[in-house]
Amino acid sequence: MLDLDFTITHGPFDLEVRAAIELDGTTAVFGPSGAGKTTLLRAIAGLDRPARGRIACDQVVWHDSTRHVAAHLRRVGYVFQDGRLFPHLTVEQNLRFAVQHARAPGPIGMRDAVAALELQELLSRRPASLSGGEQQRVAIGRALLTNPRLLLMDEPLSSLDSGRRREIAGYIEQLPARFDLPVLYVTHDIDEVIRLAGRMLLLARGRVAAQGSVKEILDRIDLWPLTGRLEAGSILEAIVERHVDGMSHLKVDGQTLRIPAIRAAAGKTIRLRIHARDVVIAMERPTRLSIRNVLEGRLSRIDLDDTVYAELLLDIGAQSLRARITREALAELELVTGQTLYALVKSVAFDDALLR
Amino acid sequence: MDQLELGPLGLSVQLASMTVLVLLSLATPLAWWLAFTRARARVVVETIVAMPLVLPPTVLGFYLLILMGPASTIGGLWVQLTDTTLTFSFAGLVVASVIYSLPFAVQPLQGAFEGVGKAPLEAAATLGASPLQSFWRIASPLAVRGYVSAIVLSFAHTLGEFGVVLMVGGSIPGSTKVVSIAVYEHVETLNYEQAHLLSAVLLVFSFVVLFAVYVLNRSMPLGRRR
Repeated sequence: MLDLDFTITHGPFDLEVRAAIELDGTTAVFGPSGAGKTTLLRAIAGLDRPARGRIACDQVVWHDSTRHVAAHLRRVGYVFQDGRLFPHLTVEQNLRFAVQHARAPGPIGMRDAVAALELQELLSRRPASLSGGEQQRVAIGRALLTNPRLLLMDEPLSSLDSGRRREIAGYIEQLPARFDLPVLYVTHDIDEVIRLAGRMLLLARGRVAAQGSVKEILDRIDLWPLTGRLEAGSILEAIVERHVDGMSHLKVDGQTLRIPAIRAAAGKTIRLRIHARDVVIAMERPTRLSIRNVLEGRLSRIDLDDTVYAELLLDIGAQSLRARITREALAELELVTGQTLYALVKSVAFDDALLR
Repeated sequence: MDQLELGPLGLSVQLASMTVLVLLSLATPLAWWLAFTRARARVVVETIVAMPLVLPPTVLGFYLLILMGPASTIGGLWVQLTDTTLTFSFAGLVVASVIYSLPFAVQPLQGAFEGVGKAPLEAAATLGASPLQSFWRIASPLAVRGYVSAIVLSFAHTLGEFGVVLMVGGSIPGSTKVVSIAVYEHVETLNYEQAHLLSAVLLVFSFVVLFAVYVLNRSMPLGRRR
């Protein structure tokens, strides 16, 4: 458990954080630019000193009014946005540097890091000759080799092009399970949160706006302006049932969805993202229709903002799905909360990039 | 033809070497502090360090003479400890040279450390390296060009020092009569042949050293910014 309760100077406003972060899996620190995400990470790592307050990890105090544990004694791995490899050392020497200075022994050895990030071919090269993606892989491997209690990652994908991003995300998402290592992952990209994290901490203007599971937070309407939810749509968890004739059948709380075949194995849980504008609402189960995916749900909420649209929240079992319809349609259909509706989902709305 | 007088030349090399050694140990922490501190005193310290660049050597020498003289606190303490005066001694020359050449060591080092920046040091800290370990294994190798410049410039500058030496050290053969003083005395006594010889040695030496530095700086991959 990482206990945070501190204030630190951060540009135009102070960053004031009060949160307990469970050290398990990946926790995203999400928020717009300037929200204080990097400042938070730097304070946890000991690179910046809070003006007041307390930081403790597993009951061990890293910072309070009487103590300040220096960064090099904290057993925190840090992956910087720009990699920060040592330019005068080869890749192998960069990795060895971490091994030599590691503060405590741990299970992750040179061979494990090299294997996990496929660094074998790069070992004798100098950082200047590596591509951005390769540099980031080395930086991640180097951070792992300190056998940290906690791995901090500060927008490690932001300096990469989209192809590299996908590739490096693949390496990152296996880290928590493979090395039993909790990760705190800073990003301003909601897609990365959905793909990589189980829980999230939402920062806005130097304050913690919300904390909880990714699904829970993205479903909260009051947080839309912060999460950029309108673009993000709903997140549904589905279990891959089987693959038939180039289509994959998925179970969402007992109901079946069919989408063009995906690579995930049967039995695996995946996350789907469905844009609110890609959901059509019907009052009866439609027949003789080209749209194949229909989910039955209960209308649990109607949200109006100052546009001509209304947002409907449908409970599909324990999950929820958003639909965006016009106010005109809302009035004509005389929709009321509690009634059963049918959500028509276009297959194309499923996003392969969200597979996990 | 007279033989080349080696005494003053050897003394100069000795003085310059000593000065460089002392300077490296003093200028490194000072330059480090100047490169990374956010204290307001920084500007003041920077100004003081740069003073020898603009002060006439005789003025600097005059103040040092007063400061190091047996009547002063520092000079008096030195007499008590060593039974010799700090002024008109080799040790006094080293002290004076260190102050006189300080900017030539501090400024290149400060520039080099600023070039290295905080980023790699922070990375080293998160990898478990103590500040001292980061300094030896990361900052120093990355600042190697700064070190080469600092060593060469302060060595050469000490070698060429005249006014301060004359004020603080006088011209005692074997202890304070360095090569620049020797050249001056040879000219005063119209011994042009010796003056020519010594001057030529210095001329060639200076050219070779500076040339070597420029060549090294061009070919050294390490210090070059990424």
